[in-house]
Amino acid sequence: MPMTENGEFRPLIVAFCCNWCSYAGADLAGSSRLSYPADVKIIRVPCSGRVNPMFILRAFERGADGVIICGCHPGDCHYTSGNYFARRRMTLLFSMLDYIGVENGRTRVEWVSAAEGAKFSATMNEFVEKIKSLGENVRLGDLRCKD
Amino acid sequence: MQGLIDRLSALLSDGTVARVLGWKKGDMPYNPEPHMFETAESLKDFVYDGFCGANLSKMMIEASKLEGKTAVCLKPCDSYSFNQLIREHRVDRENAYIIGVGCRGKLDIDKARANGIKGIEEVSGTELDGPDSVSFKTIYGDKEMSYSDLLLGRCHVCKGKEHMIYDELWGESKDTADSERFDEVKALEAMSPAERFEFFKKELSKCIRCNACRNVCPACSCRKCAFDNNNFDSQQKANVDSFEEKMFHIIRAFHVAGRCTDCGECSRVCPEGIPLHLFNRKFIKDIDELYGEFQAGKDPEAQSPLTDYTFEDCEPGIVAERSNG
Repeated sequence: MPMTENGEFRPLIVAFCCNWCSYAGADLAGSSRLSYPADVKIIRVPCSGRVNPMFILRAFERGADGVIICGCHPGDCHYTSGNYFARRRMTLLFSMLDYIGVENGRTRVEWVSAAEGAKFSATMNEFVEKIKSLGENVRLGDLRCKD
Repeated sequence: MQGLIDRLSALLSDGTVARVLGWKKGDMPYNPEPHMFETAESLKDFVYDGFCGANLSKMMIEASKLEGKTAVCLKPCDSYSFNQLIREHRVDRENAYIIGVGCRGKLDIDKARANGIKGIEEVSGTELDGPDSVSFKTIYGDKEMSYSDLLLGRCHVCKGKEHMIYDELWGESKDTADSERFDEVKALEAMSPAERFEFFKKELSKCIRCNACRNVCPACSCRKCAFDNNNFDSQQKANVDSFEEKMFHIIRAFHVAGRCTDCGECSRVCPEGIPLHLFNRKFIKDIDELYGEFQAGKDPEAQSPLTDYTFEDCEPGIVAERSNG
């Protein structure tokens, strides 16, 4: 388990951020000097609808402890409807992950606009705290007792 | 059964159809196999009994590309899969002559084996109009088991005796449903996450990646499959990739979500007996609860819930709310 020198658990968080809203929101958080934990690794995607459910499974398999998808608010999608499709897909995927026994706090979808730097920072802080309390993700990597 | 064979040979002889897609006697009395009959004479090997569980609709993808019409025998639940394939433009309705064959539930030979019936030489009483009990002639003597105790798991949640699509019907169907469709899923949902994980870990660890579930699934009919490795010539072979190893069944269930008609073929063909339908049925249950009742294959015009949306859809956070009560 990755630890800091003082024995604190450092989770690995993958954040898929939509180029048009949330990625700019993260930028705004930075330029407004609002901090969020360095455990969050941002992956820029053109739209939350670009996030293939396999990306999330892959992130977990590669050792992510939590995955968050950030997109434009419903109604604000740069491509009109990408986030609506993402919303249905992610709801079903999260439900399936919950069903196979992965803690449901490890996945989240949050709508963050380009003007919501403060929300981005607050969301990330809160999500990292949540994952820290859940601890390391071992389940998905071990789904078939292959390791 | 003779009536059906006579009708099929008449269709072949008068040129209505060029071939018949049905079941042929297998090497054992309980394993008939799908077969394409080209001549009226070859129909002497045609069989339709309680062990003809195979869903022939997927084979119509290739068959409907051939010259002339193909007669295909579809049970009521298979007709949903056929309809779904029409929806996806994978089969040509014009090239199919659908005989809606009756069904009173299909049998699972493993149920007989579990009941101590082994060394089976002959089976009788599995015909559509047969008796309520099935007789086995085994090397250890004669055994008997009731028809309903032998039914495949999927037949206990039968979708009904109506054919969704057909050109003509043959035989009486019977609705064999005697339990709730989502009972198994609900029982799992009631467990704690740790128990659920142990359950699925135990089941999925049995998987040998034979791809039988993928190859039999009517919804898994993409020309190019995400699981095929194009770097090698052995396209159907399992990839040696730990991601695929672990996530195969989740990915496959997601790829067919909203298109799966719950025909139960995946669980029937699994050589390891993994209850794969539990994944698909969970998606169906969620779709029904969150986006309104939807049965894939019921209406060939209906929009799949995953290619559709409404402004009022629930947020993904609902998963945690529902699960944590």
